[in-house]
Amino acid sequence: MTEVPISWFLTLSAVLFVLGVAGFLFRRNIITVFMSIELMLNAVNLTFITFSYQLKRVNGHLFAFFVMVVAAAEAAVGLAIILTIFKNRGTLNIDDVDSMKN
Amino acid sequence: MSQFYTSTDHFTIIPAVMLALFGCAILLFDFLVFPDPRQRKYLLIFVALAEGFTGYALYRQTEWLTANGQTSLTGFGGSVTVDGFGIFFNWIFVIAAMIVAVVSYKYLEISGEHHGEYYGLILFAQSGMYFLATGTDLITLFIGLELMALTFYVMVGFLRTDKRSNEAAIKYLLLGAFSSGFLVYGFSLMYGMAGSTKLAVVAEAIRQRPLWDPVVFLALATTSVGLLFKISAAPFHMWAPDAYEGAPTTVTAYLAVASKAASIAFLLRIFMGPFWSAKEVWEPILSVVAVLTMTVGNLAAINQTNIKRLLAYSSISHAGYMLLGLVAGNDTGINGIAVYVMVYTFMNLGAFLVVVALRRQNIIGEDLDDIAGLMSRSPGYAVLMLIFLLSLAGIPPTAGFLGKYYIFLSLIQTGHFTLAVIGTLYVAVAIYYYFKIVRSMFIRESTEKAPMATSAGLRLALGVSGVLTLAIGVYPEPFLRLAQTSLLR
Repeated sequence: MTEVPISWFLTLSAVLFVLGVAGFLFRRNIITVFMSIELMLNAVNLTFITFSYQLKRVNGHLFAFFVMVVAAAEAAVGLAIILTIFKNRGTLNIDDVDSMKN
Repeated sequence: MSQFYTSTDHFTIIPAVMLALFGCAILLFDFLVFPDPRQRKYLLIFVALAEGFTGYALYRQTEWLTANGQTSLTGFGGSVTVDGFGIFFNWIFVIAAMIVAVVSYKYLEISGEHHGEYYGLILFAQSGMYFLATGTDLITLFIGLELMALTFYVMVGFLRTDKRSNEAAIKYLLLGAFSSGFLVYGFSLMYGMAGSTKLAVVAEAIRQRPLWDPVVFLALATTSVGLLFKISAAPFHMWAPDAYEGAPTTVTAYLAVASKAASIAFLLRIFMGPFWSAKEVWEPILSVVAVLTMTVGNLAAINQTNIKRLLAYSSISHAGYMLLGLVAGNDTGINGIAVYVMVYTFMNLGAFLVVVALRRQNIIGEDLDDIAGLMSRSPGYAVLMLIFLLSLAGIPPTAGFLGKYYIFLSLIQTGHFTLAVIGTLYVAVAIYYYFKIVRSMFIRESTEKAPMATSAGLRLALGVSGVLTLAIGVYPEPFLRLAQTSLLR
């Protein structure tokens, strides 16, 4: 049985990362933007796991767990902030949450 | 198998442990002992104790280093390194956190959002900063950064019913998380090259690769996005004016001073560690970024009418000056950054504290009109603000001159004459917009007569910042010697 080459995983994670960046830049709903960031972090996790598998070392796995912890904490804080935004403005469109200009 | 948690390990992280424990104690006591909102200012005792223990631990670490004749002490198998650099930056965080905590209660009471967890968040953010200044492992640095950033997202949005505060929080959160995504992608590539997350091993792996290696370049580019965002360098500065304007002014002061100092420490750890051998690659990039940062900061500040926004753009331009020290890259330049960060802490804290005092019942107090005629109303505040602004502009005999002097000196020593000239020209622009505030204070008539919102803590903090801003400028030797201890390498 032939193995899937390492470079495929790395390419996949790079593609996922770019998709996340594109989602962040072009989507207008705050929740969707937030999900795009999570996609970026998961792409990073895939890179870590790939390298960890290739190098047969465990600290890439560890880093991936820490990234997950941070992503969860970020989601908790982020959703709380998004809730207050919705309560005060009644909208989740990112273009409407832009009152500080001069 | 080595021991899991030795006394050396403990010794290297004790300040952060103290801060986290006292932060938890504050959350608990706020809930159980001080249900009455008027008693919440007694939580300051816990902050003072935490900072006292942290300061003592830092002092003991310094003592240990001098007693054993070592330059650094590593714990956790090289994940945390206590050295002069980390200790120096941590003293800055201790002072900034203490000053911010002391001035906050009056401001938060007026804003109607005086909650105990505010003081806990200050300490949690500071324990994140501890790991940013002392971490020498990608995981430690990442967790430290996120601990600091997450607490700041909450603090920026602390005024829950205020639309501007919400908006500032969501902008800071989204852009902050976006940039740390880039940063951690860069970290994953560094790990892939080295097979280890230790900065020293990563540095060795990068040194063995060719100078223009594409993987090194990609890692450098993505990591730089995250780092430059954190110090609010152009073109990743967009969050700063909004976050600074919308956040409670006390949080703005903490964000502008401590968060920026910690991010500069982080940036130096990365650029002087793993990426040092690729200096030829990043030097031109960082020069362009520094010039762009000074341009954006100084030119955009000219038209601002909101003082917090103006100071936000000014703090962007200061980040540009600090980057110039890294571009020069010799000992004078790196030492110059340490001096600059120290000086910047006191003068910028002072300037924001005056804005804190302008917030009174039913008066937001952030506009240039609100500070008009301050000289006739409260001359003490006006004179102090004048000192801080002169220092921010870099005019002797204030401390700000000293910071800029070493940066420009290092640029000239390393032959970056164009950068030195550009930097000097922007000082002239900066004088123009700082004097807009001065003119408003001294020449214009005041529009309202409400007295400044003072408190004992605020007066003390202003006095300390004012005295230090002048003292560093007039008698710099002891402060320079302190900054000398912070040299990396």
